[in-house]
Amino acid sequence: MTTLTLPAPPEEDASLRPVPWRRMAWVTWRQHRIALAGVAVFVGALAVCLWLAGLKTHHAYAAAVAACQSVTSVACGDRITSFIGTNGFLANGLILQAVPVLIGAFVGAPALARELETGTYRYAWTQGFGRWRWTLAKLVPLAVAVAAPAGALSVLLSWYYQPYFAPGNQAMGISEVPPFAPGVFDLRGVGFAAWTLAAFAIGALAGLLIRRVVPAIAATLAVYAGLAFAAGGFLRQHYLAPLVTSNPNVPGSAWIIGQWWTKGGKFAFGSYPPDSLFSRFCPALPSGPFGKPLQQTSIQCLSQHGYAQWTSYQPASRFWPFQWIEGGWLLALSAVLIAATVWLVHRRAA
Amino acid sequence: MSTNVIETSGLGKRYGSTWALRDCSLAIPAGHVTALVGPNGAGKTTLLNLAAGLASPSAGGMTVLGGRPAGSPAALDGIAFVAQDTPLYKNLSVADMLHLTRNLNRRFDQAYARARLAELGIPLKRKAGRLSGGQQAQLALTLALARRPQLLLLDEPVAMLDPVARHDFMATVLTAMADDGVSVVLSSHVLAELERVADYLVLVSRGRVQVAGEVEDLLASHRMLTGPAAEAGNYADRPVVRVQRAEAQAHLLVRATADDPVPPCWEAHGVHLEELALAYLREPAASALPGPDRGRSTQPSQGPR
Repeated sequence: MTTLTLPAPPEEDASLRPVPWRRMAWVTWRQHRIALAGVAVFVGALAVCLWLAGLKTHHAYAAAVAACQSVTSVACGDRITSFIGTNGFLANGLILQAVPVLIGAFVGAPALARELETGTYRYAWTQGFGRWRWTLAKLVPLAVAVAAPAGALSVLLSWYYQPYFAPGNQAMGISEVPPFAPGVFDLRGVGFAAWTLAAFAIGALAGLLIRRVVPAIAATLAVYAGLAFAAGGFLRQHYLAPLVTSNPNVPGSAWIIGQWWTKGGKFAFGSYPPDSLFSRFCPALPSGPFGKPLQQTSIQCLSQHGYAQWTSYQPASRFWPFQWIEGGWLLALSAVLIAATVWLVHRRAA
Repeated sequence: MSTNVIETSGLGKRYGSTWALRDCSLAIPAGHVTALVGPNGAGKTTLLNLAAGLASPSAGGMTVLGGRPAGSPAALDGIAFVAQDTPLYKNLSVADMLHLTRNLNRRFDQAYARARLAELGIPLKRKAGRLSGGQQAQLALTLALARRPQLLLLDEPVAMLDPVARHDFMATVLTAMADDGVSVVLSSHVLAELERVADYLVLVSRGRVQVAGEVEDLLASHRMLTGPAAEAGNYADRPVVRVQRAEAQAHLLVRATADDPVPPCWEAHGVHLEELALAYLREPAASALPGPDRGRSTQPSQGPR
């Protein structure tokens, strides 16, 4: 074996300048390009499906609008039926709900867990770059790289759902979809990208704490599901104080939070009047489909006896404020989670 | 150079309730190939991880390269660490590993790295995971040396290698040591290998440092006495590290120089590093440390002060 001479060591730098941040760009790209390509393919395929399905829906909707110049025409009914018929599996939104967490978990969780699982962190964290800088320089670009395609997809989703939220649907006899409807609210606007970002940040932290890829992915899915459920079921309705009205004709696009009845300014009962009340005040009401009095007539009858129905609701006009509030706290949460991850790497005893 | 590449005082590392390393005070001077020896679980890897900044101490302090806090940016800059089982990104090509290491460090001698890999016959396009064990170790070592560190830490570098690969690996280390003046600390339990390369010995056992000193001094201050087993207990001139009885004869490893008198009927001869290390490993209570006396032995060794 011949010997190679190492050049003489360089003079010690008086000031030790850290390795520039930009050098990590290549490292992050090289190590995660397959995952990012996976995201691109996944989002791209979804976009093509949405595009094709969206074209069909928009087509059918345009045909319905044209035919329903006179609402009573037979053609109008047919066109509306065929528009509703294009409402495929995508339109109910539940499958699309899983997209942010799939992107986030499969890119975020392995980012650190793979290094810890295979032991390569012992290489990466002992290089001159420094381990907390390495972590930050990896997580921030990756976070942007997963949130950006999600944001692009949500623009397409907004376009896809446009006919369902178009003004004048009610006049045509198409039931209005509240923009807050669960399964649809967070697919449009900034929510989609924000949820993807949060899933990524949850995954990164889970990967660091659990140190194994597959359990970290599973944990990410579980935590995300819990968070999404809590946000949709309990948190979202409190973003802004709901409006309260005693007008029984709340717009169909509104998100009804609660209903109750009062009599003489005092709380009387919750959303459903007890049967005893009906038999006392409104015995002669015509029955609806399930043997219960029809809503409209029962409200009228009870109003005549001094009861008032109150409704608290979020109007559809609050869609964007709610989007920004949800996007804002998710962004803050993601920043905190990523900062916590970096801090834990910094002080972690391996 | 008179600086210490690793200096610890009262250093301890605890995992849960177990101390992996305890009350470790140590000064390894620059310019040596230091062998870090000890049984499995003795704390060798822990000590190296602490020096490389992968772990932080639970007690005490540690500086490297003449006073830089272990794990600080300045310390990371001057230390190259090849961890156990030489972790590499298996799905990256050799060329990518070079580029990666270059991007992660202030200095990287690309020409040196390429020349060494060419000499070793390691193709740049091959994935790191498809290299043989010996090639992976050589690649990891090349990446470490191309950073032109002042201190090279190697954790069990040859444990997985066949004899030829082991020899080549050590030759590379020694060349770098000779040409570049890089200090080396390597842990191993292959004692025979160390004899050839190490000129400084640190022996850890049960989380404590048992022996530390220059190999030359340690060898000069220990003698193996052979004599009648019946008289083995009578030898009291010099501290006895270990008594080994075989039939009628007894072997005593004692702390004595070649000038010390040998009792009648006894024969004295020098010791090998392996012999010495084994004797201490079998007698965890004995110690040979520089500085004030700490163990059963009463004479301080000739370690650097």
